[in-house]
Amino acid sequence: MTEAVLDVSDLEAGYEPGVPIVRGASITVNKGEIVVVLGPNGAGKSSLIKAIAGLVPISRGKVLLDGRDITAAPAHTMVRLGLAFVPQTENVFPRMSVEDNLKVACGIFERRQVPARIDEMYTAFPDLLRQRRTPAGNLSGGQRQMLAVARALVVHPKVLVLDEPSAGLSPKFVSMVFEMLAAIRKSGVTILLVEQNAKAALAIGDRAYVLVEGKEQHEGAASTLWNDPVIAELYLGQRPLQKDSATRAETGGAA
Amino acid sequence: MSLQFVVDGLITGSMIGLGAIGVTLTYSILRFSNFAHGDFMAWGTYATLSIIGAITAMFGRVAPIAPLSFGWPLIVALVAGMALTALLALLLDKVLFSRLRKQEQAIIVVMGSFGASMALRSLLEFIFTSRPTYFSRAIQIAMPVGFGVRITPDQIALLLLTAVLVLGVHLLTTRTQTGRSMQAMSQNPALARITGIDVASVVRVTWVIGAALACVAGVMIGVLVQIRPLMGFDMLLPMFAAAILGGIGSIPGAVLGGLIIGLAEAGAVQLIGAEWRAAVSFIILMAVLIVRPIGLFGVRER
Repeated sequence: MTEAVLDVSDLEAGYEPGVPIVRGASITVNKGEIVVVLGPNGAGKSSLIKAIAGLVPISRGKVLLDGRDITAAPAHTMVRLGLAFVPQTENVFPRMSVEDNLKVACGIFERRQVPARIDEMYTAFPDLLRQRRTPAGNLSGGQRQMLAVARALVVHPKVLVLDEPSAGLSPKFVSMVFEMLAAIRKSGVTILLVEQNAKAALAIGDRAYVLVEGKEQHEGAASTLWNDPVIAELYLGQRPLQKDSATRAETGGAA
Repeated sequence: MSLQFVVDGLITGSMIGLGAIGVTLTYSILRFSNFAHGDFMAWGTYATLSIIGAITAMFGRVAPIAPLSFGWPLIVALVAGMALTALLALLLDKVLFSRLRKQEQAIIVVMGSFGASMALRSLLEFIFTSRPTYFSRAIQIAMPVGFGVRITPDQIALLLLTAVLVLGVHLLTTRTQTGRSMQAMSQNPALARITGIDVASVVRVTWVIGAALACVAGVMIGVLVQIRPLMGFDMLLPMFAAAILGGIGSIPGAVLGGLIIGLAEAGAVQLIGAEWRAAVSFIILMAVLIVRPIGLFGVRER
């Protein structure tokens, strides 16, 4: 029996009133899943997850987190409700140390609980422990992404939402980030991510939605979606590829 | 040449620095230059003066704490004045700045603060007249401390107070969750929100700290110089120069900037002549903007 952690129904959202970017999108993320949202540029993928996180005004529809209606919840209450969001860029505080970046996210905990939460992140990401005093702006691209994810995970969210975690990273770091996400899921965290790098994302994902013009046009298991001719036409704009186990290994798949 | 200008400079610099902390916090967190900050100083000073008046009316004249020129009523009134100045800033934010901020154009808020500044100043002149007044008319004898330098007990007390306040605010902003939230807000407001930081409460803390310190700086001027409705407005240029010299957003920078400007002003009075005093902060401001726009402790914005 699957249990929906995040249930988005008929969502309409946009920055300007009357100009929706997300137009009636519905997606579900079940407990323990990695769900990937794919789609061409301008499809409203980022706007969809930003609307879920409270950063883009919602004009219609509903967002349920563990059955609780969070549609109108302000962005700063999301971590308390159990939703942690990792933006695509500028996702760390550059002039604060690695440790302060983690500490500042711990506002929902009592002070004496904070050190244990931070140690937990250091255990999961030993690189961050080595750099704990470094200003986040001086980290490498991959480490910065690691810190952004740790900053989101430190609050023990029910669902981790990521906006293109591989964007702007060199190939070496891309595979590192996806390996990291696969490991995080293994530890029991539910993940929703938007990704341009469809191949790598589908390799670690369970299910995927294809968003076109602000609405989900296709849904399927991540393993079969890659070969679906409809997807190739809708989104990938290329001939369907055979599933390639070498690719999976290279991108650090969950396999 | 006497080294007296060092003491004078440190005193003026402390007043400028305390004021500049508010300027730099407002700029980095609320993202606008608050021209009304000087008037918070003046209002804080007059509030303190009025409370002392009320205390005197209730308890009669209280003897000063030797060797200082003031007694416990000033200390009590200062604390109350700080609270009242903070309330004034919060009130002004509620009725004016928060509404103007919604337009998301810094220049609108800046102009709003300019208007607020004029209104606050005129109101003070209306209530208290523009005649200078004093906390105490007693003359203090300055003690010689060597090298031809003299310092009064009031000056020593207020320098110590400045040091304690600056250290306190520095620790608050670097070591506490409130301070980290303020830093986060100044570096990336959108990320701060999704990290669970309540923007509204950070804004309130910023106003409270800035206004309370403005009140202290004003009272220092009142104790050591005199009280006038224009006292804060006259400090505006040095305060902005100090905040920019220190690097916007940096509290140690604002204080160091204040001390440098205070020393430069005092030095100019002694070396060039008192009529050049006001030009000093302007020249420093221009020089910093041309040579190192990010200031001493500033960070380049992306």
